[in-house]
Amino acid sequence: MSIELTDITKTFGSFVALRNVSLTVPDGELVALLGPSGSGKTTLLRIIAGLEQPDPGSGSIRFHDEDVAGHRVGHRRVGFVFQHYALFRHMSVFENVAFGLRVRPRAARPSEHEIRTKVGSLLRLVQLDGLSDRQPHHLSGGQRQRVALARALAIEPRVLLLDEPFGALDAKVRQELRRWLRRLHDELNVSSVFVTHDQDEALEVADRVVVMNQGGVEQVGCPDEVFHRPRTEFVMSFLGNVNRFRGRAEVGRVSFANVAVEHDSALAGDASVFVRPQDVEIETTPNGAPGFKATVLRVHSAGPSVQVELLAESGETLLAELSHERCGALDLRRGGSVVVVPRRVKVFVDRREA
Amino acid sequence: MAAPTGPTPAATRSAVTEPAWIKWLLIAVSIGFLGAFLFVPLVSVFTEALRKGFGAYLDGVRDPSALAAITLTLVTAAIAVPLNLVFGVAAAWAIAKFRFPGRSVLVSLIDLPFAVSPVISGLVFVLLFGLQGWLGPWLSRHDISVVFAVPGIVLATLFVTFPFVARELIPLMQEQGTEEEQAALVLGAGGWQTFWRVTLPNVKWALLYGVILCNARAMGEFGAVSVVSGHIRGQTNTMPLHVEILYNEYNFVAAFAVASLLTLLALVTLGLKSLIEARSL
Amino acid sequence: MRMTGKQYSVLPGFGLTLGCALLYLSLIVLVPLSALFFKTATLTWTQFWSTVSSERVLASYQLTFGASLAAAAVNVVFGFVVAWTLVRYDFPGKRLIDALVDLPFALPTAVSGIALTAIYSANGWIGQYLEPLGIKTAFSPLGVAIALTFIGLPFVVRTVQPALADLELEAEEAAASLGATRGQTFRRVIVPSILPALVTGGSLAFARALGEYGSVVFISGNMPMKTEITSLLIMTKLEQYDYAGATAIAIVMLLASFVLLLLINGLQWWSGQRAREVV
Repeated sequence: MSIELTDITKTFGSFVALRNVSLTVPDGELVALLGPSGSGKTTLLRIIAGLEQPDPGSGSIRFHDEDVAGHRVGHRRVGFVFQHYALFRHMSVFENVAFGLRVRPRAARPSEHEIRTKVGSLLRLVQLDGLSDRQPHHLSGGQRQRVALARALAIEPRVLLLDEPFGALDAKVRQELRRWLRRLHDELNVSSVFVTHDQDEALEVADRVVVMNQGGVEQVGCPDEVFHRPRTEFVMSFLGNVNRFRGRAEVGRVSFANVAVEHDSALAGDASVFVRPQDVEIETTPNGAPGFKATVLRVHSAGPSVQVELLAESGETLLAELSHERCGALDLRRGGSVVVVPRRVKVFVDRREA
Repeated sequence: MAAPTGPTPAATRSAVTEPAWIKWLLIAVSIGFLGAFLFVPLVSVFTEALRKGFGAYLDGVRDPSALAAITLTLVTAAIAVPLNLVFGVAAAWAIAKFRFPGRSVLVSLIDLPFAVSPVISGLVFVLLFGLQGWLGPWLSRHDISVVFAVPGIVLATLFVTFPFVARELIPLMQEQGTEEEQAALVLGAGGWQTFWRVTLPNVKWALLYGVILCNARAMGEFGAVSVVSGHIRGQTNTMPLHVEILYNEYNFVAAFAVASLLTLLALVTLGLKSLIEARSL
Repeated sequence: MRMTGKQYSVLPGFGLTLGCALLYLSLIVLVPLSALFFKTATLTWTQFWSTVSSERVLASYQLTFGASLAAAAVNVVFGFVVAWTLVRYDFPGKRLIDALVDLPFALPTAVSGIALTAIYSANGWIGQYLEPLGIKTAFSPLGVAIALTFIGLPFVVRTVQPALADLELEAEEAAASLGATRGQTFRRVIVPSILPALVTGGSLAFARALGEYGSVVFISGNMPMKTEITSLLIMTKLEQYDYAGATAIAIVMLLASFVLLLLINGLQWWSGQRAREVV
């Protein structure tokens, strides 16, 4: 079931949460809404679910050509997984999952036997069979999340919506559940949208990432695209670590931090220059490639790679990331002088006021 | 923390407790105070009631006007408690799950009977329904008695007891938020289904608590009911009023006998209260 | 995020529940209360003033106010001690005593009235020891104060208990580690933290005592100019069918309660502010 949102605006009092947002989620895809707090991503999710209404007269919501804006929240057949699970605290796991089936109008309600079968298969799917009699407060966070998911899936939703599903969990549990969710999605193939502020999560799990900021969409694309080919400064700096410099762009080159590198910039003018820590090389002696001098401030080698803090000759501090072998070969010390060679830069020329 | 040079008696004691003698003194003072003010009055009700033996006690309780008073008390509670229950639930739903202008005024209004003397609570009904009151002439033309009759007693009781259920439910329902209800709605439940299956079970202990307090007050209210009652023996006397009549006639044993029934009710109320508190934790 | 208007509007039933609640509130509370105000409007100023400032009524204000204040003060002191022992110490019978603290809430006022009178009268359990000492409790202002103390007891205890339970033990440990004696810690750390709760509890007890009727009218003896409380005077006027007089006195009492209510709300807001500042 594809989702098509056109021109959605939502204000709360004087605060504009969403500003003319349009979005298409193709059938069967797992889409991440990624952004900082206040970007509007949760509001957008809740509007799809029907838990919020867009401002009157603004925009439309369609599930595969069917206009659902007029449909009440219970009639849209969406599954919603809340950030804090919202399990029914006084019901067992079984009753929680069965809830959506039990409240159907008499005519559409499955028999007790059918409910039992369905709930059983769902609990097996989320690997919680054997816990059907437990109460929510006797479950771990990860288990509760899976119950919430099973509950949402019980009504056979056309669309699955998840609001920061792993936000309240420990880092390790989060990682496991992330991968598990991806595998589940591949098996079920329900169109899914999840909200997160964790970019690792979005990039690892989603088919498509929607980067949002301050009520608008900055970029939509597959993870590779938004990470390596960011279209705005915000996307660049939000995803991954990045060093930011101020410089000047001319045709064919850009200068910053006492270095000028080749760059196919079509525009000229003052610009922000972004360099990722992994795209920076460190040499102890100049070797001809364009670079600038810097002093080593700190070497942090605990972890999968080495993080080196540097103070550029021109006064900016920056972060470089090296492999342990490379760092060992260079024998970097605090206070040492090195040459920094930027390998890949991304330039955003300041937009001139029209 | 720097370690002392050697264990001293003070250092072996925990840093945040008082010397033992202070502790036991405070406990003694507490028990003494509570004993004098709570325990002694409580026990005296029963000793006075049984002063002339169990037979006199039973006579006091089985007297026809006493039985009429008991009946009236039970009837009043049977009307007041369910009505206040419905009100309390409705008010709590509106206040706890929604935001709207005037919400805090509504909450303050619900606390009103606690701020008003019981005599004034009765007075307002006399001013409304009494012979010289607003509706007095209309009522007497149609031969309806409100004041100095059972309806007045019920109304005064309603006034005094309506906050109890609402006050228990509102903070709890507010704290519980609306996420579970939202989840139920997304899963396809209707409004009533959501309320019965999700909201109500989550507040059942607070609801019970409120009902018990409401009932205790409904049965025990004295001041407000005294004003509207007319004190007509056998007809418009509730148990507390009957106690007053007997006492003023110096019929102490009978007065304390009826009072003992009310005291037993109070003790049962306290017992249920503790049980509920233990269960809801 | 600021939200205005109906938040959570996805939940149904707003109109129905609010409507029900408002209807009930109007019928049971607002309409009767308005009868009071309309009656007041029919009083002339001289009528009003002569009633509320007559000697007998003035004497009742003095007694009611004085006895309520004394009772609230006693309850603040002893209520604090009780709350402290219940929160901090363990002793046999503690759970029973904790439950019993609510007795004045649960017991009908008429019952407490006659019980207290029986105990404190000249041949009562406690009265028999006090009479020879020249302390007259029943049928005196002291008796009124005793009854009001009984009534207000749970207010202070139940307000201070949660405040004490919420105290951070670490703050006391910090004071101790900085060299404070237990007494200093108590005066400088503990008491300021629970002072708002103490004052709130005391004010609630005071407010309740001002309007109390049932538990007092038996032990007081109701002697005009000496042991009459104000709420009794309202009753007396009503029995004489002097609706206007009763209304006048009621208005004075309501104004006093209103002022007190504002004070209490202000106190609770202030203590909430202080808690926020600490955090």
